[in-house]
Amino acid sequence: MELVPLREGFILAGVLFALGLIGVLVRRNLIFTLMSIEVMLNAAGLAFVVAGARWGQPDGQVVFLFILAMAAAEVSVGLALVLELHRQYKSLDTDVISRMKG
Amino acid sequence: MKAAPWTCTASCREQPMMIVFYVASAVAIVSTALMITRLHAVHALLYLIVSLLAVSVVFYTLGAPFIAALEVIVYAGAIMVLFVFVVMLLNLGEQAAQAERALLKPSMWAGPSILAVILVGEFLYLLAKSSGGSSGTAMIGPREVGASLFGPYLIGVELASILLLGGLVGAYHLGWRNPSNPEVR
Amino acid sequence: MLKLLWLVPAIPFVGALVLAVLGARMSHKHVTVVGVGTVAASAFISILIATVFLSAPPASGMYTQTLWTWIDVGSFRPQIAFYLDALSLVMMLVVTFVSFLIHLYSAEFMRTDEGYSRFFAYMNLFVACMVTLLLADNLLLLYLGWEGVGLCSYLLIGFWYQDPVNGLAGRKAFIVTRVGDTAMAIGLFLLFHSLGTLRIQDLLHAAQVQWSTGSAYAIAAAALLLGGAVGKSAQLPLQTWLPDAMAGPTPTSALIHAATMVTAGVYLIARTHVLFELAPPVQFAVAAIGAATLLMAGFSALTQNDIKRVLAYSTVSQIGYMFLALGVGAWGAAIFHFMTHAFFKALLFLAAGIIIEALHHEHDIFRMGGLRKELPVAFWTFLIAGCSLAGLPLITAGYYSKDLILWSAGSSAAGSTVLWAAGIAGVVLTSLYTFRLIFLVFFGPVRTPVTKQPGLAMTIPVCVLAVLSIVGGFDKVPFARFIATALPTLPEAAARISETLSSVVAALAFLCGLLGAWFVYQRNPGLASAIVENPAGRVLHRFWSSDWGMDWLYDRLFVRPVVWIARVNKADVIDSIYVGLASVATFCYRVLSLTETGKLRWYAAWIAGGTVAFVAIVMFL
Repeated sequence: MELVPLREGFILAGVLFALGLIGVLVRRNLIFTLMSIEVMLNAAGLAFVVAGARWGQPDGQVVFLFILAMAAAEVSVGLALVLELHRQYKSLDTDVISRMKG
Repeated sequence: MKAAPWTCTASCREQPMMIVFYVASAVAIVSTALMITRLHAVHALLYLIVSLLAVSVVFYTLGAPFIAALEVIVYAGAIMVLFVFVVMLLNLGEQAAQAERALLKPSMWAGPSILAVILVGEFLYLLAKSSGGSSGTAMIGPREVGASLFGPYLIGVELASILLLGGLVGAYHLGWRNPSNPEVR
Repeated sequence: MLKLLWLVPAIPFVGALVLAVLGARMSHKHVTVVGVGTVAASAFISILIATVFLSAPPASGMYTQTLWTWIDVGSFRPQIAFYLDALSLVMMLVVTFVSFLIHLYSAEFMRTDEGYSRFFAYMNLFVACMVTLLLADNLLLLYLGWEGVGLCSYLLIGFWYQDPVNGLAGRKAFIVTRVGDTAMAIGLFLLFHSLGTLRIQDLLHAAQVQWSTGSAYAIAAAALLLGGAVGKSAQLPLQTWLPDAMAGPTPTSALIHAATMVTAGVYLIARTHVLFELAPPVQFAVAAIGAATLLMAGFSALTQNDIKRVLAYSTVSQIGYMFLALGVGAWGAAIFHFMTHAFFKALLFLAAGIIIEALHHEHDIFRMGGLRKELPVAFWTFLIAGCSLAGLPLITAGYYSKDLILWSAGSSAAGSTVLWAAGIAGVVLTSLYTFRLIFLVFFGPVRTPVTKQPGLAMTIPVCVLAVLSIVGGFDKVPFARFIATALPTLPEAAARISETLSSVVAALAFLCGLLGAWFVYQRNPGLASAIVENPAGRVLHRFWSSDWGMDWLYDRLFVRPVVWIARVNKADVIDSIYVGLASVATFCYRVLSLTETGKLRWYAAWIAGGTVAFVAIVMFL
């Protein structure tokens, strides 16, 4: 019933990943950075699911589940850090927090 | 590289699925692109949610309905909501949006775009070299996934739960304030 | 009794060690006891050994005492061994006895100096090294003593190190003798390489067997050893260090730079005489150097103002006589002159020390005068020594030894009339500058008052040496017979000049000098300054008093180019390779630290870029 050429799936994953990468590299607001990272994780999971669909096994979906769990943990800690950053520096600009310079 | 949808090996009954797939992927790409260029955090979040929903549709077309549902429930439903909560908590306001505009000069997009284009180019090259293939004919529903999770991937499940515990503890610790003296952590 | 031979160098060495380690904490009296006592013991044992050796000479006239094997590498096996024959016995006796007298003298002379224990440590070490040099059985041990005396000379010249001039003089002495030492070391390498041993007696036998007279090896080896001797004995062209070495304390000048160390070169040539006999050109060079030096130094001594510098040039000149004797094959005569010279030169220096001390460290002879009545001890001893130096006929030791040399120079097979004439001219000069010195210092009006008289410790040594300066020459014939057991005698060659003729001419030369000095300095005091004022006289005076311009020459030739190279190479070329490595590392560090901006996006960008590059590499390679 489902016959989606794998190439399109992978291309979609790749493009989404690239867009997420651009977002991480360009945006200085930490929240946007986190959002872009979510996009990248999602794209990676998509690639796994596509691969799993190729073999007709649930392994790809299982991995996506794990990625999902990881993303959830990461987001919770990350947003806690965002709140802390805002409290300390009154700004969400990642270029401001460069005390490790040099 | 891209096989024309009407050259698929099965009967043309699969064509609607392909159309859905393409439309959903287009929506996902466009909304992601819009997301990374917004000034307001909330706008970006909403576009992100749309992207996630589109990807969920893609999952369904790939024969992974369980994951499609999880994507909506967990990813778009919990994680993004968490984002929304935090953004609301920060109460950024119009001033922050204007600051964002100042930060987003067009020249800043050049380098990362080139890098991403090269990456995608490499990826496409690799794809072109590999043999084609298509997804399987069956839908892999929750039953198979569940059996797999309780079977061979049991350890992974336990580790994931520990990871979530770690995230929980970390978030709690970072957010804790002394009730009598809110400035002290 | 002969077994005690090793104690002669060992006791002063132990004394030096004790004084070096504990000297600062020992009381003045203890330092004196150790410092003078060790050398006294050494001298006493030498006398004992000498009596035994003379009364019951061992078979073949030599005695070897081996202590232990020093180095054991393949066929190279030098030992710490002492060799006693007539030559080393005579020299050891003279060195230890004169050293003892000088040490006794310095106990009073250096009494108030704060480096008292240091002084005696250095002097003891010097005596130990000198005796090691004299008694050495092989050339390596001799070289050890050679270097040791060079070191002590440097330490003692620069004894008052707070004044940089003294340090400079010490360095000059060390560096100039180093040139000679290097030549000698190369000579030792050559000798070992071709003859296979450094044991002196074996070496000389092997040389006689293997090398023919005039062979290139013999000439090279002898020439290199001559280089070493010339450096240590301050002969042409390495004589520039000795006048400046007078910056050291007077006892040092007496011991090292008059009586003992500077004669080490003479000893070396006498000891290895076989090699020189196998290389006639080199032997002739020895005589030529001796003759040239004795004349040059004589002229220089004539123009000096400092009493010690006059005596220094005089030493250079007298050693020239010894070299002259060695060069014509009169080995015994050279050693005889060494002995008498040790007596009267040490006496001259010690008496000068009395004068300098009494006049509160005044060295300029033109500021002294009339000390005949003020310092009678100094006057009489100085007079006796000066007459011995100049060669007052028949009653002084110096006369006999110098006469022997002059006659040998004239009549031996290797000698010539030219050399004899040079020697006679030297006698005139010697007499001239000696009596110039005596007249200026002891006669005439008193220019600087005397502050104190010498004590007993200074008077006794000078008196003993004065007696020796007179009687030391009377044993000329027994001495020659004794030394003939170790050194070859002069062959009876064409007697160009009879002995009586030579003696008479020498006596006349002595009188010439005496009268000349009396005329210029005593009778017409203004004549001397008139000669100097004269334009020609002024040029000559300046030329001679600066040692015939040799200091200026060496400065232009060697010192300045080396200093220039050192200055140019200040950021050392070879070192800069290693420094350069460090600079490269620092540069890389600075460049790489620019990548640590502390900005999150940059780090992410680097990761992304790296990933892209990696994937590209994997894809395409």
